[in-house]
Amino acid sequence: MAQYLISVLDDTTNSATAEEIAAIDAFNEELKANGHWVFAGGLASPSTATVVDGRGGEPVFTDGPYLESKEYVGGFWIIEAPHLDAALRLAALGSKACNRRVELRPFL
Amino acid sequence: MTDTNEVIARVYREEWARVVATLARRLRDLDIAEEMAAEAFATAVERWPVDGVPPNPGTWLATTAYRKAVDRLRREVRREDKHKEALVLSDPPQPLGAIDDDRLRLIFTCCHPALAMESRVALTLRMVGGLAVPEIARAFLVREDAMGRRITRAKAKIKAAKIPYGVPFREDLPARVTGVLTVLYLIFNEGYLASDPGKEPVRGDLTAEAIRLTRLVRALMPEDGEVAGLLALMLLTEARRPARVSASGELVTLAEQDRGAWDRELIAEGHALVRERLASGQAPGRFQMLAAINAVHTDARDFRDTDWSQVVALYDQLVRLDPSPIVRLNRAIAVAELDGPQVALAKVDGLPLENYHAFHATRADLLRRLGRSEESRAAYDRAIGLASNTAEKAYLVRRRDQLASP
Repeated sequence: MAQYLISVLDDTTNSATAEEIAAIDAFNEELKANGHWVFAGGLASPSTATVVDGRGGEPVFTDGPYLESKEYVGGFWIIEAPHLDAALRLAALGSKACNRRVELRPFL
Repeated sequence: MTDTNEVIARVYREEWARVVATLARRLRDLDIAEEMAAEAFATAVERWPVDGVPPNPGTWLATTAYRKAVDRLRREVRREDKHKEALVLSDPPQPLGAIDDDRLRLIFTCCHPALAMESRVALTLRMVGGLAVPEIARAFLVREDAMGRRITRAKAKIKAAKIPYGVPFREDLPARVTGVLTVLYLIFNEGYLASDPGKEPVRGDLTAEAIRLTRLVRALMPEDGEVAGLLALMLLTEARRPARVSASGELVTLAEQDRGAWDRELIAEGHALVRERLASGQAPGRFQMLAAINAVHTDARDFRDTDWSQVVALYDQLVRLDPSPIVRLNRAIAVAELDGPQVALAKVDGLPLENYHAFHATRADLLRRLGRSEESRAAYDRAIGLASNTAEKAYLVRRRDQLASP
């Protein structure tokens, strides 16, 4: 089994409709029932991010995301799947459920 | 000595894909499979002229490559990580034979939709076709190191993302087969109308390779209608290759080709495939439709003898499957023969193909036939500016220059 990150691409935060939320819940239940579920969550807007650099003596805190972009990761799933074909299929179902494009990326 | 080299060259063509495919399944690593297959062939080049060709060259190569892989992984295991040993030694050596669909697994892996199209083409030519990286680089006018990196990146993605080494899910199969056929057709077309202005206009090496790979897919999936359709389409197109470029290096259109130079054997094989598909009673896909259209063309004694109403009827069916502007452009070319250039021009004008050289070449020809020389000349100019194939350009320039002067 391999683990994959499914990132949800969005340009507004917390924008899911009631219908989308219901579909996401149903998809999550399916992931759990079929043993693919690891973790999932929605993320607050990038403007709430803080970049932290603790490599020096005193940690440096910088307000905002490390990368400004129109689209960003609005939420994610971590799933378990035997191979990419299975993960692609789950990613497609996830994309349909949340009604957003997603990016699928394997863990090392 | 020379005989042995010829045998090695033949065995290479016939066995490369099988050796790589078997190793890839057993080692679960495309990279090592490719490298060890290459080493096994290098060993054959050294040993066979001295020891003689083994009775079963394919088995000899697979065994040799597998032993080399095991040796190498053992060395690596001693040096670094232990998990690779378990990986390679978990599967005991198997005789060659009932593993034909390893090659099919290999093809599906190389043509996986998660890879960029250009990577699919390169990987398929390297892993399945056995072409060397410099050959592939030359074929697509890419620097050797860049092509090498493209293939390395694709193999790295297959490994990291765990692109499965296997036949796709049943529900995904039709789309995945179409994906494989698209890659093969792209290779064929690059050979049939080379886009590289510095190369020969028609590349027999690439068309032959595409046909060879499609024959392999056909042997592995004999029931698939679209596979048969693509093979028939390639054969009926390839059959006309000897008549397609004139001695002076100019493209010769279908109307002007010397039909006596067509390859009758390829035509007979292509026609048999088209008949087989018609007899199946199954609804044809895009490649089967294109093959049927080409069967009508190759059936005609000369251009005037062509059954144009049949060609247009087949295009009507194709448009329903694939309503793309390029299909509609080709349909209009057939309509011109049936209903005249005026009717055809009305169908061509307005197609959203402003940057496609064949759109302007078609308009130029129709306008010429209608006696509208000035507009025709302008259209030829556009077509010449957009065309990249040297033979096609030469043809268009001559046609333009033959127009009555203003």
